[in-house]
Amino acid sequence: MSPSREAAEVVIELSGVRKVYRTGSIEFEALRGVDLDIRRGEYVAIMGPSGSGKSTLMNVLGCLDVVTSGTYRLAGSDVGDLDEAELARIRNREIGFVFQGFNLLPGLSAWRNVELPLIYAGVPKDERRERAAVALERVGLGDKLDNRPGELSGGQQQRVAVARALVGEPTMILADEPTGNLDSVSTVDVLNLFEELHAAGRTIVLITHESEVAEHAERVVRVRDGLIQTSEAVAA
Amino acid sequence: MNWTETLHTAWSAVRSHALRSLLTVLGILIGIAAVILTVGLGLGTQKDVASQIDSLGSNLLIVSPGSSTDSSGMRGGFGTATTLTLADAEALGSETSAPDIAAVAPEKTTSLALEANDTNWTTSVTGTTASWVDVRARELEVGSFFDEEDVASAARVVVLGSETATELFGRTNVVGQTVEIDGTPFEVVGVLASAGSDSSSNLDDIAVAPISTVANVLVGGTSASSVSTIYLQAASADQLAAAYQEAQAVLLNLHGITDADSADFSISSQEALVETATSIYQTLTILLTGIAALSLLVGGIGVMNIMLVSVTERTREIGLRKALGAPPWAIRRQFLTEAAILGLGGGILGALLGALGTLVLPALIGSSVVLSGAAVAGALGVSIAIGIVFGVYPATRAARLAPIDALRTE
Repeated sequence: MSPSREAAEVVIELSGVRKVYRTGSIEFEALRGVDLDIRRGEYVAIMGPSGSGKSTLMNVLGCLDVVTSGTYRLAGSDVGDLDEAELARIRNREIGFVFQGFNLLPGLSAWRNVELPLIYAGVPKDERRERAAVALERVGLGDKLDNRPGELSGGQQQRVAVARALVGEPTMILADEPTGNLDSVSTVDVLNLFEELHAAGRTIVLITHESEVAEHAERVVRVRDGLIQTSEAVAA
Repeated sequence: MNWTETLHTAWSAVRSHALRSLLTVLGILIGIAAVILTVGLGLGTQKDVASQIDSLGSNLLIVSPGSSTDSSGMRGGFGTATTLTLADAEALGSETSAPDIAAVAPEKTTSLALEANDTNWTTSVTGTTASWVDVRARELEVGSFFDEEDVASAARVVVLGSETATELFGRTNVVGQTVEIDGTPFEVVGVLASAGSDSSSNLDDIAVAPISTVANVLVGGTSASSVSTIYLQAASADQLAAAYQEAQAVLLNLHGITDADSADFSISSQEALVETATSIYQTLTILLTGIAALSLLVGGIGVMNIMLVSVTERTREIGLRKALGAPPWAIRRQFLTEAAILGLGGGILGALLGALGTLVLPALIGSSVVLSGAAVAGALGVSIAIGIVFGVYPATRAARLAPIDALRTE
């Protein structure tokens, strides 16, 4: 779709990534040497059965967890040996999360939820309000600014979460089973939204175990037993 | 994340569990109220003692019947025995044996019914000598005090307290009127100016008559010559100690007692009264300070407990905020602010309760309580500090939560 894609820079670069969990004396190697490049503007689905290591991969990509060995470069900087505060800054600026369970704060209105990343980025109040409104408009909820999550449907809540992921202009939108809690109509709704965002040039990484969902991406990366098995373009 | 946002978020969290927050701060509330009352009571007692000492007169020694020591179970308790007599008072007035005692005012007090124009009023009738008005440092509003001649002749004259006059006549300008005391007519010769009340009696609700008249006409019988208290006035402050020695020597001699330890009377000075009042106050202070300290400790633990519950309940929220880019210090500050708000809330409510207490307590215990601005400000500072100190551990726990673990929590 986008002719310049081949030339686009690599924004996510995993090489030889291993992640070992220790529980007492038991060691479990969740990632056993993962190499993965994602270019700016790509729409990638990461697929795998449970226990394959895809959740660990998602945590590593999201800077929620640090690798045991190997390197992870995000937007040009090595995030391997950053401390908690620096990781927080990376999560704030470079990553927009969309979770399976929406993870909206129930006591806050839609726009207060959407402006959360901007609060931690130190954006002044008026600008936050403006940008949150624009992001909600973008996901088609321009009229629900003051509604609380409880007053919205599941699909609408997930769209609020997408608006929250968008609002900080991150390098990548990282969606973890975003349609797992949605009915089929809302699923289509949210997937269409991702496609629109992709068409507008956003980098999207979507983690799922459903192949129907993965088919919406340009490229599917299959993970099994802590290793990447295949990485192939989806036939359009 | 700036302070406005932090405060806003913390306040929302506190308000969303209004009842729980209120119960949490109860300990701090009680502690702060106790602090404010302790300080208020201290200042009030100081004020009371100062005014009582002034109202009593100056350079006074007070001789009471009975022993203040408890060396013998056979003697009556302090102030209850009738071991002091008019003869004692006369002996104490002697220039030769007690040169440092300038004036003597025995008091013989009894409670009797007064009647004037069909109005009845029961009050404390004090029989004394002409020097009483000077020794007790009283002023007359109208008329004059009775003189030595009236005492010598057991004249049926009376000086009323301002309140007693008002109760009987509805006014105080009643010189020349007649009052029947226990059926015997007395002429009112003066009315005392108001002096307020001390810890044990209302100084304005009294009737003062010559001691001879009270002893013979109103009391009579075997207790006619006994007196309840003898007030002695030293010629100057420097002579108080000498006057004390002389009074003790005279009375021991008169009562035929050789050992001062087994005296059947006791002599106290104003300083001793101050010490008594101060020691009562100190006991109260220790008690209230103990309550305050314990309550603040319990209150602080309460805050810590509920903050830990709050951190557990909001694990997902913390995880989410971290995923969205909240650094550990922002999370820590968030929870510390919440704890500080709880502490301050308890402090404000405690200060209100304390202020209310300073209004109510005087009526209950008869002692002045002063609301001190400095105590209120200090207490509020302390309450915030308690919130923060006991909030540190929960806030640190929240800040240390790993975002993946926190997000995984259902």
